[in-house]
Amino acid sequence: MLKTFRIGGIHPPENKLSAGKKIEQLALPDQVVIPLSQHLGAPTQAVVAKGDKVKVGTLIAKAGGFVSANVHASVSGTVAKIDTVVDASGYRKPALFIDVEGDEWEPSIDLSEELSAHIDSISAEDILRKISENGIVGMGGATFPTHVKLTPPSGMKAEILIVNGVECEPYLTADHALMLEKGKEILIGVRLLMKSIQVNKAIIAIENNKKDAIANLELLAREYEGIEVCPLQMKYPQGGEKQLIDAVISRQVPSGALPIATGAVVQNVATAFAVYEAVMKNKPLIERVVTVTGKCLTHPSNFKVRIGTSISLLIEAAGGLPEDTGKVIGGGPMMGKALVSTSVPITKGSSGVLLISRKESQRKESTSCIRCAKCTSVCSMGLEPFLLGTLAERGMFEEMEKELVMNCIECGSCNFTCPAHRPLLDYIRLGKSKVGAIIRNRKK
Amino acid sequence: MENKLVISPSPHIHSGDSVSKNMYGVLIALIPAYLVSLLFFGMGALIVSLTSVIACVGFEYLIQKYVLHTKPSICDGSAMLTGLLLAFNLPSNLPVWMIVIGALVSIGIGKMSFGGLGNNIFNPALVGRVFLLISFPVEMTSWPEPGQLTVYLDAITAATPLTILKEGGHSLPEMQDILIGHKGGSIGEVSVIALLIGFVYLLYKKIITWHIPVTIFVTVALFSGILYGIDSVKYATPMIHLATGGLVLGAVFMATDYVTSPMSKGGMIVYGVGIGIITILIRVFGAYPGGVSFAILIMNAFTPLINMYIKPKRFGEEKK
Repeated sequence: MLKTFRIGGIHPPENKLSAGKKIEQLALPDQVVIPLSQHLGAPTQAVVAKGDKVKVGTLIAKAGGFVSANVHASVSGTVAKIDTVVDASGYRKPALFIDVEGDEWEPSIDLSEELSAHIDSISAEDILRKISENGIVGMGGATFPTHVKLTPPSGMKAEILIVNGVECEPYLTADHALMLEKGKEILIGVRLLMKSIQVNKAIIAIENNKKDAIANLELLAREYEGIEVCPLQMKYPQGGEKQLIDAVISRQVPSGALPIATGAVVQNVATAFAVYEAVMKNKPLIERVVTVTGKCLTHPSNFKVRIGTSISLLIEAAGGLPEDTGKVIGGGPMMGKALVSTSVPITKGSSGVLLISRKESQRKESTSCIRCAKCTSVCSMGLEPFLLGTLAERGMFEEMEKELVMNCIECGSCNFTCPAHRPLLDYIRLGKSKVGAIIRNRKK
Repeated sequence: MENKLVISPSPHIHSGDSVSKNMYGVLIALIPAYLVSLLFFGMGALIVSLTSVIACVGFEYLIQKYVLHTKPSICDGSAMLTGLLLAFNLPSNLPVWMIVIGALVSIGIGKMSFGGLGNNIFNPALVGRVFLLISFPVEMTSWPEPGQLTVYLDAITAATPLTILKEGGHSLPEMQDILIGHKGGSIGEVSVIALLIGFVYLLYKKIITWHIPVTIFVTVALFSGILYGIDSVKYATPMIHLATGGLVLGAVFMATDYVTSPMSKGGMIVYGVGIGIITILIRVFGAYPGGVSFAILIMNAFTPLINMYIKPKRFGEEKK
């Protein structure tokens, strides 16, 4: 019996259309639009101006504090302007527009394809410094600055590193492709992460629908001490940090506490790869693997894309925008965001672009709750979405706080499951924002 | 094109489950038991069930359209299900006009007066059944003998196993007949085997979980087993209690009614234990031979309280 998390969960259809597709390098665009803040935390300060020449890897925006991440040029060329752009969140954010000229890299970056495996001489401080300098953030979607996550609050000590190769979102295959093609690099990245938090055990967790990736990493991991591969039963939202820790080491993050309270630090496989490149090759986070997919798309693919590339170019390369497209989603179908246009740029946290047909984009009309309790059974946090929905509908936000609405991870399993098509997560999000305000007011 | 993209919050996909899929799923699960009842009670079963279903759907339509002025939602299958379940709880020789009254009470009082599907406190079919039982005790407790396929009102009646027990009698039918359904009883309750086939289907389709029915079975078996252990002459065996008097019908199809049963797994178990205990208390010590309907209705009344106090297992609350 394979391991999995203990509370709730669903089995949405996988639709991994681009599984097994090799990672293709996407051609350089004419212009990139690089949002100045691509992470969770303090915004960055631009350090270049209009007209400046940049190379690939040139620092263009400095971290605005500890919980922040540097941004680097992903192309070489001239800064055309600093303006705003509507990013995947739907809000206008400051961004740097760079006109591409050639492909000239900073000389400090090691461009050789050769594997750099000698990590013994590198200290934990050096690893953290490189990660921070090179602007590495969590690439599973949360985009929390990696160096912050690797620096536990005082008094807390990491015991184990869990590497997230779950990719439980339907459709997405970027991490899968990376685990097949860049296994060795990921493992060195894992060793570096282990060293940085001083643990001697790491578990790479992969859902059992990626047997080839499990086999590949299991074979390679034999050469590295302390790294184990743990196949997991398929269940959404297993890639959620709390659910993953529970699945792998059977410990539950207490309500309101940080995951480190369980002794586990979780990093994504794509982040581990980025850490390898940052530390061993001195390469900033300027490109990533993105899945472009959808049932009506002719060539669902996994592309290696420079940060700041417009998603319309990715869609073109995957066969063009189908006439019937109703929704363009940044990320997967369960937690991804519907994009306002196809000109949104790829950022550090973009794991996928998903196109959904017009018919599938329409929500069905919701009817009254029949109290089937399916939302309660699938909730991976043990909440009662039907109750939270009703409380939000009636504006009873204090009661929602008592019913632990703030614990919701917004995985969407309740919405997905509800036979009455009730917009439970919409109500819960409303409740979370209201309760958040109540809590902030109380602290004042 | 650019301007026509749909923007909505996640999730962007749905399981495809729907209210009507669940309702029709339960109706499909009732088919085996219905076929057995047609086999044993023939025309009577057909007339009673058709009357009940048509009356329930009709009343729902009329009330929604002319009283509540809402869009009729009879296609969701819930009124049809109430109708069939009500019929399953009636004797196959009950006059049409009584069935129509039962249907009116089920739908009108049991369901629509609370605001329709999802809002009622009590199982509508049982509300109708118990109303009829109290109003027409003679007609509601005279059960035709199985095998009279072409008669309806004039069917010869016989005692049910539980009535035989209540009267201290000894001529209980063979266990084999009890399980297949060759015994007196209401239309849908007679065949334990057919009902259990429906149970397996409901579990397979994930329409219900095992918690409520299995807890009821275990509680009834334990409680009646203790009584039987105390005095095996006076009290019936657990097997008799499990296999008779609509216990399986009640546990699998009536107690699991979404609207009126608790939401958390722990709550479902408390609810199931309650139904099991009350059923045996009524059967053994009460005035009525059968107690499942009353037990379910009583526990229905406790459901809001159970929901308030028994919460699902929260993430992160386990002891280390």
